[in-house]
Amino acid sequence: MAPKQAATAEPAPAKPARFFDEMSAPDGGIRPAYREFWKLIETFPRDQLLLKQAEADALFRRVGITFLVYGEGGNTERLIPFDIVPRILDAKEWQVIEEGCIQRVKALNAFLHDLYHGQDSLRAGVVPHELVYRNPAYRPEMQGVELARRVYAHVAGIDIVRIGPTDFYVLEDNLRTPSGVSYVLENREVMMRLFPEAFGKQRVAPVGNYPERLLANLRAVSPIDDAQATVVLLTPGRYNSAYFEHLFLAEQMGIELVEGRDLFVRDGRVWMRTTEGPVRVDVIYRRIDDDFMDPLAFRQDSLLGVPGILSVVRAGRVTLANAFGVGVADDKAMYSFVPQLIKFYLGEESILKNVQTWRLGEPDARKYVLEHLDELVVKEVHGSGGYGMLVGPAATKAECEAYRRRILANPSNFIAQPTLALSTCPTFSQAGIAPRHVDLRPYVLSGATTSVVPGGLTRVALREGSLVVNSSQGGGVKDTWVLEH
Amino acid sequence: MLSRTAQNLFWLSRYIERAENTARLLDVTYRMSLMPSVADQQASQWRPLLMVGHNAEDFAARFGDTSADSVIEYMCFDVQNQSSILTCVAAARENARAERSAISTEMWESLNDTYLELQSKTCRDFAKDGVRSFFDWVKERSHLFRGVTFGTMYRNDAFHFIRVGTFLERADNTARILDIKYHQLMPEAPAGDGVDYYQWGALLRSVSAFRAYRQAYRDTIDPQKIAELLILDFDLPRSLLFCFDEVQNTLGTLCGARPRECQRLAGELHASLKFGRIDRIVAGGLHAFLDGFLRRSNELAAQIQRDFMMSLQFD
Repeated sequence: MAPKQAATAEPAPAKPARFFDEMSAPDGGIRPAYREFWKLIETFPRDQLLLKQAEADALFRRVGITFLVYGEGGNTERLIPFDIVPRILDAKEWQVIEEGCIQRVKALNAFLHDLYHGQDSLRAGVVPHELVYRNPAYRPEMQGVELARRVYAHVAGIDIVRIGPTDFYVLEDNLRTPSGVSYVLENREVMMRLFPEAFGKQRVAPVGNYPERLLANLRAVSPIDDAQATVVLLTPGRYNSAYFEHLFLAEQMGIELVEGRDLFVRDGRVWMRTTEGPVRVDVIYRRIDDDFMDPLAFRQDSLLGVPGILSVVRAGRVTLANAFGVGVADDKAMYSFVPQLIKFYLGEESILKNVQTWRLGEPDARKYVLEHLDELVVKEVHGSGGYGMLVGPAATKAECEAYRRRILANPSNFIAQPTLALSTCPTFSQAGIAPRHVDLRPYVLSGATTSVVPGGLTRVALREGSLVVNSSQGGGVKDTWVLEH
Repeated sequence: MLSRTAQNLFWLSRYIERAENTARLLDVTYRMSLMPSVADQQASQWRPLLMVGHNAEDFAARFGDTSADSVIEYMCFDVQNQSSILTCVAAARENARAERSAISTEMWESLNDTYLELQSKTCRDFAKDGVRSFFDWVKERSHLFRGVTFGTMYRNDAFHFIRVGTFLERADNTARILDIKYHQLMPEAPAGDGVDYYQWGALLRSVSAFRAYRQAYRDTIDPQKIAELLILDFDLPRSLLFCFDEVQNTLGTLCGARPRECQRLAGELHASLKFGRIDRIVAGGLHAFLDGFLRRSNELAAQIQRDFMMSLQFD
């Protein structure tokens, strides 16, 4: 046990020359957004913070917010580490993120509609053909299918990192089945129990109405009159790592949480098996990947999906959220074209910045990247979860060499980006409160309108110096506060 | 309501009730085993417990001789034993986890707490706290869960399926406890013996019926009256009639205007309890009666599954 000490004295500045810190200004002062909160916890001795942290962990365990970790000898339930120091954004900072996310998702939805209809963007040369047609996530089955309100990505998660005071970069668009929003809601619940006084002193924009907004958006894309529509949430089942979230959202929306075996297709419609016999289903918020959704159309060995559902989608008699084929617009190669797509469809400049991206399928880019492997981050085009990536500056020579061979075996499967100087945020650690790198995933909902719930999920790399925030790689989460005017 | 949800909730409540009843059965056996007249026949006291869940072979293969300690460990904590308290609570929690959107938050939290606390318990605690404090804890957690269910759950079909599961399982367990203990105690039952008084009293206590017996009969303990109380009494919450009254009413609510076969089966069984007489039952053989009851009760459970949980027909 470390000797008692105040948590405070001075928040250790995070090498201000290299990283932007969310709380500490380079001159050692506290940024406006953090003033109230810092004033509060500055007075807490370390013991009390430890107690708060323990209380938070107990709350999460009690509520049962766990995720499953595979490959540790059976399914192990784990808590995602929660940090008690919030990520705080002021109204002006948030406005940039909010408008930027909405702009981006509008453009991506317009792009998807275009891609599966007239393909103006391909003919105009905005996006190269091979990025679409050689993309396994492209679904020719969806060509010409009319979707309600032309929405493809009803729920999108946009991963954003911050480099400087006004420099917000998009790292990745997640349009398939983005997860994590349940943590946004539960983190807030827990913070309101731990620090009620902090919420009394300033106006933190609420996030609790997310499920209601989601439900309204899902109803708005129903093929029938939305007041009578039956909306369900389709989960792969209780052994899925995000199962808690599926439950949580279904419960909060008051809709049935179904598995593939609860649904079937007959007479051109989707039905669910109930104690009163079959009930027709109109909108399915699905948390199963395309490949596993319909064994008659996609992977034949899938037991998770609903045989024949594609035919009902094509007939416009059921709405899937998100739609089949959205993945073509969110892989890491297509990512680099998003600013051009925004320009093409909306006639606007991109509000959020894109990280410079080298597509290794292109010879010049490949040559440059292979010569600078030790400075860059290299990722698989379809990878996720922080698996299978190379962080050049942190890798050994041997690791770089092994990765080089993987790249050369199939270059167009990889992209490279500069190593970003992710901003840091004060985080409670063994050594007291210290800066750790963070990112942010706001959740964008599209239906009748496109909107963002204020805040989102802040992920934090708990290991000192680490830039990888994924929960599968030792990352934790924080509550994200957006201060209202 | 989803058929799968109905199924999971039905079994959720059965598992909880079964955990509680296993604790009750262990408790009564433990109390009886402390009596001098039976101290030398431990094995014959404990063996019938293994018959209840058809566990005798599995137990013999892995534990060998029947002793109080080994049976208690097997019935409380053995993860391979499908009817151990630990297995039942874990299964109930799994079902609750799958149906968290159908039950109240408090129900989930109560059950999850029980599960987490149970994870940290072992037989070694018995040396310190006594084995009976563990049985009491299991009963209390079950009471708590039922109370939380009653106090917080929306009265929809999900609630009714939970109730049907609870009472079917409870009737099943009361019948089994009575069957086992009645036949252990009957052969050597000279009336008025102090030991017997204690033994029969333990049986009554195991189904929380000691005081009820006094109030209902205001008389000394008599085996036939005990059987009457546990089978035919209308007001004892663990009697077969009481349980089937609940089962029948709840199935009526669930079926609504659409009659189903399970309702008929439940009605038939209910009538035999409501209009049955204990002298007839005993004359025909109590064991035969209870055996028949258990068989019909199982048929009813299977029919409930067919009627509500496998339906595919369009109307």
